[in-house]
Amino acid sequence: MNSLIQYTLRIADSSLILGQRMSQWCSNGPTLEEDIAMSNIALDSFGQANGFYEYAAQLDGSRSADELAFKRNEREFFNHQLSEQENGNFGTTTVRNFLHDAFNFLFYTELASSKDETLAALSAKSLKEVKYHLRHSSNWLIRLGDGTQESNMKVQESLNFLWQYTGEIFEMDEIDNEMLDAGVGVDNNKLRKGWDEIINSTIEKAKLTRPVDGYMANGSKKGIHTEHLGFLLAEMQFLPRAYPDAKW
Amino acid sequence: MKEEHFQKQIDTEQKIEPKDWMPEQYRKHLIRQISQHAHSEVIGMQPEGNWITRAPSLRAKMILLAKVQDEAGHGLYLYSACETLGISREELVQQLHDEKAKYSSIFNYPTLTWADMGAIGWLVDGAAIVNQVSLQRTSYGPYSRAMIKICKEESFHQRQGYEIMAEMAKGTPEQKTMAQDALNRFWWPSIMMFGPQDSESPRTGNAMKWKIKRQTNDELRQSFIDKTVGQAEIIGLKIPDPDLKWNEEREHYDFGEMDWEEFWNVVNGNGPCNKQRLAHHKKAHDEGEWVRNAAQEYAKKHESATN
Amino acid sequence: MAKNATVWEVFIQSKNGLAHKHAGNVHAADKIMALENARELYTRRNEGSCIWVVKSSEIVSSETEDSEAFFDPSNDKMYRHPTFYTMPEGSKHI
Repeated sequence: MNSLIQYTLRIADSSLILGQRMSQWCSNGPTLEEDIAMSNIALDSFGQANGFYEYAAQLDGSRSADELAFKRNEREFFNHQLSEQENGNFGTTTVRNFLHDAFNFLFYTELASSKDETLAALSAKSLKEVKYHLRHSSNWLIRLGDGTQESNMKVQESLNFLWQYTGEIFEMDEIDNEMLDAGVGVDNNKLRKGWDEIINSTIEKAKLTRPVDGYMANGSKKGIHTEHLGFLLAEMQFLPRAYPDAKW
Repeated sequence: MKEEHFQKQIDTEQKIEPKDWMPEQYRKHLIRQISQHAHSEVIGMQPEGNWITRAPSLRAKMILLAKVQDEAGHGLYLYSACETLGISREELVQQLHDEKAKYSSIFNYPTLTWADMGAIGWLVDGAAIVNQVSLQRTSYGPYSRAMIKICKEESFHQRQGYEIMAEMAKGTPEQKTMAQDALNRFWWPSIMMFGPQDSESPRTGNAMKWKIKRQTNDELRQSFIDKTVGQAEIIGLKIPDPDLKWNEEREHYDFGEMDWEEFWNVVNGNGPCNKQRLAHHKKAHDEGEWVRNAAQEYAKKHESATN
Repeated sequence: MAKNATVWEVFIQSKNGLAHKHAGNVHAADKIMALENARELYTRRNEGSCIWVVKSSEIVSSETEDSEAFFDPSNDKMYRHPTFYTMPEGSKHI
């Protein structure tokens, strides 16, 4: 597959999978207000995914955005493993989103200057939404970390667990390098410093401890995922796969 | 004297506002009606929320999520309106959990296939619209304003459902079967949304006198049926009522007898999903307690900065 | 057990140049979350360029026109929220 298509799919996939996770919170939020907020985040993510899938479909020429989303299997998805992690409790979701939002914010900021006009435009649009997501997850992380003893313990536990998924988001493989050389893609390594700043300052306000780097999960760029993705896709893709001739 | 003034406000179509004097019965009736309406919106998120992760296209997923999110919003507008009557949202939620307050019975039916999303949008939201349009003119100011806002948002909901049904009805044979099956299962429960017949409805008298309700159950039910029959015909689906027939004299559709046993069973807690819906709501509420506690603790610690 | 959430009245300015209009309320523990919640609830359809939130307990209301003739002088809080009243620790059913 063409590198640009692959590069675009990676972005689309992470947005779709994160959106799918967030949409699972519908009617399950800790308050009605938060239920609405999380649905908004899910909607934004789906919107972003849709934009990038449409572009990938355009480049691909043989598959529609829906076919890309609903007909690829586990080993053909390239979302970050971080995005497919389970919602767990509200604290786990907050931590997962925060770690991802911080990355997305920096990533889209860079990608907005891409030589590829479509990627640049999609990024600029997504950036507005991601700024808000980051604010939202940061605010909650601080409130949960600096809330009660119980809430602090819970989010520290989530942070310790999810930390292993924060390594591969900065990886640069041959496709990333090819895109970077073409002036199209982002140098993920350069994002690390900004990411650390955001993470460290927020963690401090949240009275949490930054986990020590240990084993770092990797492989999503090659379609290697955690066991969660299979279940997630089975649920998500069921209808189009069960009724291949149907139009919805 | 106060009663007379109050009734005069009602009779001259003035809105009653939170600071106005009102009979205790009026206040109680409104608290019950508005809160049950709010509970319905929130519980209603469950049967539809059920299918968000399985929506068959990106567009369908986003539209369904936006719709369900609107329901949450409607619940909030209504809890907000109800709180002006001197009761807290927490108390209202407790009433729901204690089964002292009810919600619309339609949500005690399960959503078994994707076509149910179409049926619910088309029929359930359709029925809700008929009821809500009427309520825009309700006498209590905050309730009326909430209903106006809700009505503005509601029409996209019905169109979303009708579109799903229309597409499926002209799709593959399996899709058409699925759509007809959903209509078969949701038709009568939708008709039942308008409540008992006027003759069996004890509170209708005051509700009409105080202009809380502007039309009776039977009037609204008839209005809904008249609107919907044609819609089914256009998309080629059959309404499961053999007694449905246009009555030239009345200029309305005649329709069959509802299963009143089923109606009262579901209203009184013996429907397919009653226990499940409430348990789900309680679980979400209980599991969120540590979060709400944390937010309050944080606010307390940072009193000056955050308040 | 969390006490009742703080209630905030929400005022939305839908377009630059227009006055803020009361839209309803939201529950939130602090003002930052109140603003965010108000944005989520009341501006999903681009209905807002500016949002104000005010604690319900801070709203001061005038009396209605005829109230003088009918009612005893009463408190001037606009909404009768039970949360305005602090109950003694441990008291129930009130």
